Amino acid sequence: MSSASTVLTSAAGETHGFLSPTGVEIAFLLVGLVTFGAALVTVTTKQLVHAALWLVVALGGLAVEYLLLTAEFIAWVQVLIYVGSVVVLLLFGLMLTRAPIGRSPDADSGNRWAALLVAVAAAAALVWVVVDAFRTTWIDLDGPAAGSTEATGASLFQNWVLPFEALSVLLLAALVGAIVLSRKTKAEMSSPPVNSRTATKSSRPVTESSQSVPGARTNPAEQEGAS
Amino acid sequence: MNDVLDVALRLLVVFVVFLTFPLIIGQTEHKVMAHMQGRLGPMYAGGFHGWAQLVADGVKFAQKEDVVPAGADRRIFQLAPAVALLPYLLVLLAIPIGPGEGAVGEVVDAGIFFVLAVMGVGVLGSLMAGWASANKFSLLGGLRTAAQLLAYELPMLLTAASVAMAAGTVSIPGILDAFEWWWLPWQIVGAIVFFVAGLAELQRPPFDMPVADSEIIFGAYTEYTGLRFALFLLAEYAGIVVLCGLTTVLFLGGWHGPWGADGLGWVWTLLKTAVLAFIVIWLRVTYPRLREDQLQKFSWTLLVPLSLAQIALTGIVKVVIQ
Repeated sequence: MSSASTVLTSAAGETHGFLSPTGVEIAFLLVGLVTFGAALVTVTTKQLVHAALWLVVALGGLAVEYLLLTAEFIAWVQVLIYVGSVVVLLLFGLMLTRAPIGRSPDADSGNRWAALLVAVAAAAALVWVVVDAFRTTWIDLDGPAAGSTEATGASLFQNWVLPFEALSVLLLAALVGAIVLSRKTKAEMSSPPVNSRTATKSSRPVTESSQSVPGARTNPAEQEGAS
Repeated sequence: MNDVLDVALRLLVVFVVFLTFPLIIGQTEHKVMAHMQGRLGPMYAGGFHGWAQLVADGVKFAQKEDVVPAGADRRIFQLAPAVALLPYLLVLLAIPIGPGEGAVGEVVDAGIFFVLAVMGVGVLGSLMAGWASANKFSLLGGLRTAAQLLAYELPMLLTAASVAMAAGTVSIPGILDAFEWWWLPWQIVGAIVFFVAGLAELQRPPFDMPVADSEIIFGAYTEYTGLRFALFLLAEYAGIVVLCGLTTVLFLGGWHGPWGADGLGWVWTLLKTAVLAFIVIWLRVTYPRLREDQLQKFSWTLLVPLSLAQIALTGIVKVVIQ
């Protein structure tokens, strides 16, 4: 996400005032307010699935902000990854475990004041650093798009190759970690998975055990052998 | 021409296409399925071979009562059909029908990412419907939808990336400008993977486990009636239009044709799209439904490796010819 800021063009020659905002600036502010509101509702609502759907609004609002800053590529990737995949994964997890209709009274944490403190501190630090770093940098919205796919790609693979590669190694590590974790839990499970293909496609001969009650299938060694 | 008028005209044309093409495909499906099964299909509505059957269906849907179950989450239940349908309207904006900038609703710089991102949003509608219905079958349908999307989004993206690598751009008109006839054999694996993964994302047979009517009634749409149900059905057919159009412009050369491309580009695009739509219908009639584990296995062990191999092939050829 931070690569949006790397494609800013410096046009510090002119003076920029905050008192005569242009249409784009007003739209940016309004969308920002909507995004902020949606994010607030996301963390405060007591309806779990509603929280996930408000997250869609917040992430979509962020994508619109990228669009307004002419970072078109980043905007669509934001929608593709966060709205299309992360939120779907989130909803999948919620539906798989529990997703009651209506309020969940226990969907509240005793740590919320500590969480609020951390969130405000993190936000303050981020805003301070970003404002301090990009105080004199302005995006020329009228010229050629500063965040087009070509500009983003050139910047990413010329100036930012090392962070890019480091990130991909990090993702690879996460991937390997996920595989290790899932394999471990599979080995520890004593009962065979329901509806597994091994139960229907096993090539073992028909024995007494397979004709008897389904309880006979709970022999892990036999299941492992059949697969 | 006046700019505002120009934009309004383009939007109007896209909207009309969005309203009529799904109906044409729906009617074609009625007739093609019927003939493949040794029947006649609708014959009476409208007089000539039942051409007005879907119009009659629409009138019927509009007359039905719009029921929201008592235990449902009312707002999300009512919002879901719109979330499922509108993304396809947006995607249609970015599909060029002929050469030049005049034959596309809106030139999008990162066109491939735009269409895939927006198509992915449409699935949220099914998820919302599945959860908000407060029905076990709906929830199962929603779960299966999500699992299917997660499995098939990846091969779709990878194969689209392969075309983008070949063309050196992610803009759809740019890809069409760069197209050569020998891309067809070069990208054929990617084309098939893209089309199949797209079918799965639309939950069309043989990938219709999320709406498997013989086991979970109608999946996420079980509780819907009347016009909202019709909107979900319309979303499915709009999805066919979008998928076939995208496969055409990304892999089959869109408006390029073996002869007579001057002024006839749009005919080629429509022709290729229609043939693909026929294949979609054909697959529905001929293939049995894949089981849930077969669905997952098919994507992760076949489509993803194939799309990775396609990317490798694209990269090698690209380096060699430069």
